Amino acid sequence: MAFIPHTEADVAEMLALIGVKRIEDLFDEIPASLRVRSLAGIPAAMNEQQIGRLMSERARSDGRPLCFIGAGAYEHHIPAAVWAITTRGEFYSAYTPYQAEASQGTLQLIYEYQTMIASLTGMEVANASLYDGASALAEACLMAVRANRKSKAQRVLVPKAVHPHYRKVASATAGNQALRFEELPYSPSEGRTLPAALARYDGEDVSALVIQQPNFFGVLEDVDALTAWARERGIFVIALVNPTSLALLKPPGEWDAGGADIVVGEGQPLGVPLSSGGPYFGFMTTRMAHVRQMPGRIVGRTLDVSGREGFTLTLQAREQHIRRARATSNICTNQGLLVTAATIYMSLLGPQGLARVAAASHARTAELVGVLTRVPGVRSLFCAPYFHEAVLALDRPVAPVLQRLADRGILAGFDLTEHYPELGHALLVCATETKTSADIERYAAALAEVMKAARAA
Amino acid sequence: MSQVPADLRYTKSHEWVRKLPDGTCEIGITDHAQEALGDLVFVEVPEKGRTLGAGEPCAVVESVKAASDVYSPLAGDVTLGNPDLAAAPELINQEPYGRGWLLRLRPKNGASDTLLSASEYEEHLRAEGF
Repeated sequence: MAFIPHTEADVAEMLALIGVKRIEDLFDEIPASLRVRSLAGIPAAMNEQQIGRLMSERARSDGRPLCFIGAGAYEHHIPAAVWAITTRGEFYSAYTPYQAEASQGTLQLIYEYQTMIASLTGMEVANASLYDGASALAEACLMAVRANRKSKAQRVLVPKAVHPHYRKVASATAGNQALRFEELPYSPSEGRTLPAALARYDGEDVSALVIQQPNFFGVLEDVDALTAWARERGIFVIALVNPTSLALLKPPGEWDAGGADIVVGEGQPLGVPLSSGGPYFGFMTTRMAHVRQMPGRIVGRTLDVSGREGFTLTLQAREQHIRRARATSNICTNQGLLVTAATIYMSLLGPQGLARVAAASHARTAELVGVLTRVPGVRSLFCAPYFHEAVLALDRPVAPVLQRLADRGILAGFDLTEHYPELGHALLVCATETKTSADIERYAAALAEVMKAARAA
Repeated sequence: MSQVPADLRYTKSHEWVRKLPDGTCEIGITDHAQEALGDLVFVEVPEKGRTLGAGEPCAVVESVKAASDVYSPLAGDVTLGNPDLAAAPELINQEPYGRGWLLRLRPKNGASDTLLSASEYEEHLRAEGF
């Protein structure tokens, strides 16, 4: 099916029909004082040759640093086939087509994606994806408050060990819709949310509890105890998970006492390269009982009049083009292209391949922590099991150390000082299957030199 | 023209109210409303104990064509949501004034009654062009 924009003749014909000379005339009701004629700071157009040169120079200035930063986005090996297939013309559109059923291939792909994500998280139904992990968490909080009809409080408990950017996006998105977020402390020695911290909410009206697994520090939470506490009290459990980790860890659908009610997360680790913060994609799954409160698009499989299998957008009465102001969300789109890449990534790796990626990432991080903590002035901060990230404590401010290492082509981790000043000089590091022992040794040697030079200064 | 039983009271937003012997009221949507919506595929009814204001959205009816809110004709406390509709939303299409009822509530004392009689509702339907 061809999607051809209007030709000049089409435009002229339409304008003639409505009696308007130029498209510009359609905007004449906007007062001239409000019109911006030129954009300050935006240079004149460049031709293809000039822009190509500018961009490749800028890309070169980034260099090819060795990356040990995780903190929500993770460098994994992406098989070459993933983007070779994703960028085929048939898939290379970032959008669910407006006449969705005309694109059966796109819908089938999304259906396969939903099936895989539902299976990975141990839940019954998935949507076609959301913008990113942080907006998925915000949507999950809104959904939990709608779906939890036993609770009137619109109150959501969020551990401080949840990604700080996610917490900020959730309050920016849902805070103006009367939701109240309350912070749960973490154990200073273990870096995880202690179930005992929940005791003060016993008997109070709480709508939902967010559990991030692994949490922002990379530490594994006691998900079974937290989930059981919430479910026994009719509190919805929102699981925020790393998809790679689910190949090894118990899926949220199987957490104690019936599992999570809503599962969300950042899909980037599944075949999407690190790219200055995005575009990435958020995933969301739930139980069938709550499907009508789930935001986003859902693709279903059905039979046509001749009994042939076909795919269709379904349960659209939740969405804003039908329910208007009372829709489940004002976001009724998805990240089609990135979901395409993730689906191909998951099909190429399979459950065993993903488990090998997860196990290798964990092993590399354990190796990294072991090697780095032999450097004088560096120790491990938390004594708790972790997945593929860990917090190190330095004996001096983190930012200058990171700068010196960046000068040597090493992105050495995420400085926690701004978001967690109470942790002191704390550095979050990550190693995935992409790092070799030689890479880790190179990081340790550079760190030892930088620390030694700093002590001498 | 659709059925408008004479013994019920109505709203302009197409709900009906039946006074029950125990002092509670049964509420549903009219035959006209179910016909306009088409085949219903999902119904969400309020939970027992919920307090409703008059005109407050109290239920959602979703058909193959549209999803609509149902507004409570009266202020009061919900005593029961029809438990059969979750598995059989089509009861509303089949028996809008019978087994397709949505909820029962105990009206608040002294709540003002602005409900329409059957003939007034028929007049309203005619005025809307039906």
